[in-house]
Amino acid sequence: MSRLRLQAWLVTATMLAAFALQLMPLPPLAEPFKPYWIGLLVVYWAMETPERMGLGRAFALGLCADILVGQLLGEQAMRLLVLAFIVLRFRARLRFFPLGQQALAVLALLLNDRVVTLMIRGFAGEPMPPPAFWIAPLTGTLAWPLLFVALDRLRLRQRSAD
Amino acid sequence: MAIARDNAASLFAEGGASTLRLILYLAGAITLMVLDHRADYLQRLRRAANVVIEPTYRLAGLPAQVARATRDAVVSQNQLADENRSLREQLLLAQARLNRLDALLAQNERLKALLDAQHDLGLAVQFAHLIDVDLDPFRHRVVLDVGADQGARVGQPIIDARGIMGQLVEVLPATSVAMLITDPTHAIPVVVERTGLRAIAYGSGATDRLELRDIPRSADIKEGDRLITSGLGGRFPAGFPVGIVATVGIDANGLFTTATARPSAALDRSGEVLLLQDQPQPYGPPATLGGAAAPAAAPAAATAEGP
Repeated sequence: MSRLRLQAWLVTATMLAAFALQLMPLPPLAEPFKPYWIGLLVVYWAMETPERMGLGRAFALGLCADILVGQLLGEQAMRLLVLAFIVLRFRARLRFFPLGQQALAVLALLLNDRVVTLMIRGFAGEPMPPPAFWIAPLTGTLAWPLLFVALDRLRLRQRSAD
Repeated sequence: MAIARDNAASLFAEGGASTLRLILYLAGAITLMVLDHRADYLQRLRRAANVVIEPTYRLAGLPAQVARATRDAVVSQNQLADENRSLREQLLLAQARLNRLDALLAQNERLKALLDAQHDLGLAVQFAHLIDVDLDPFRHRVVLDVGADQGARVGQPIIDARGIMGQLVEVLPATSVAMLITDPTHAIPVVVERTGLRAIAYGSGATDRLELRDIPRSADIKEGDRLITSGLGGRFPAGFPVGIVATVGIDANGLFTTATARPSAALDRSGEVLLLQDQPQPYGPPATLGGAAAPAAAPAAATAEGP
């Protein structure tokens, strides 16, 4: 029971950290390189503990993100929903991929997320973003192994502390 | 389908990712987006949730603020830093006044007799700091530390020492969100200072570029021309520097001249900005016939605001 509670706490804490990281400014030149942290965290938790990151959670998190930074209510909700759904569907395979291959899968996920974003913004009547729009998925891919290893360590330590 | 069965048969399977639920949630998201696009619920929701939003902004902006503060402390002593800051504020005010005066002088030269004494040279401004928060690198928006409680209103122009930066698009009780003139959905009516040519400067999505489209081929515009606000549209007061023409070319059809300009304001460097308090002069015929003047002013206001 306490383990479950600890895990829930860990999910909440990491998601809050992701929100903070997403909001945190970078120097203007480095800004397009910022990975979609919220998306990465949703992918991680959907992959590792699907009972803590179902479609409903992803949707709710997306709504929170929209209220915090968004222009259109439901945009990030939809993006995270699509991310979570694909991960949950292919979870059985994704989990046992070697880390490199997993990173490539994450790249595909993040690129797909960009396409979804583009569609939504296109329908909302916003102009096409500049080419730098496509850099973030690449940095997200590079960040994935680090994130994965770090979070796995955290969970391992938490489990052994029990 | 095989994949789905595979998943369902796996050890830790749960029915959380069924297609039906996906469709339901997607429908929910799309409904929300359409509703929001039509009626702007998000703004209302954000206003209601500001108790959470504002502290989050400030918290997220804290590291950048701490970094700036430590840099100040390392560079000089506390006292010097304070003095420096107050001087910078004064300089900002003085330069803004000077800019306005410059423009008025130029205007005076052109329209000697016509310029009556109605123009108020005093500049009613409010000082504001940027909160370093990254809303979206591809939308040029910044968060300011003044809000409705300090008297900020949607539509107020913001300037820095060198020129127009943008306008407020959303006001929460203690913070506000401003759209920069380089946002791809922003447009600002300008006039070429040298020739008086009117144009509209659109945001390009890059912080160092504005685009002027659809200028007649015969128009006199060249590199180095200063662009100032024309005051048309009633959103931005006339005479503030907007940018300097960087390149002049011809559009794809060969029918119009296009130009790009470099914004005068330090859009990516300013930490302190000024909110203009005085309403720009109303534009259009005086509203003597009830609401008859409103439709005439509306399209111009729409261009100033952007879609």
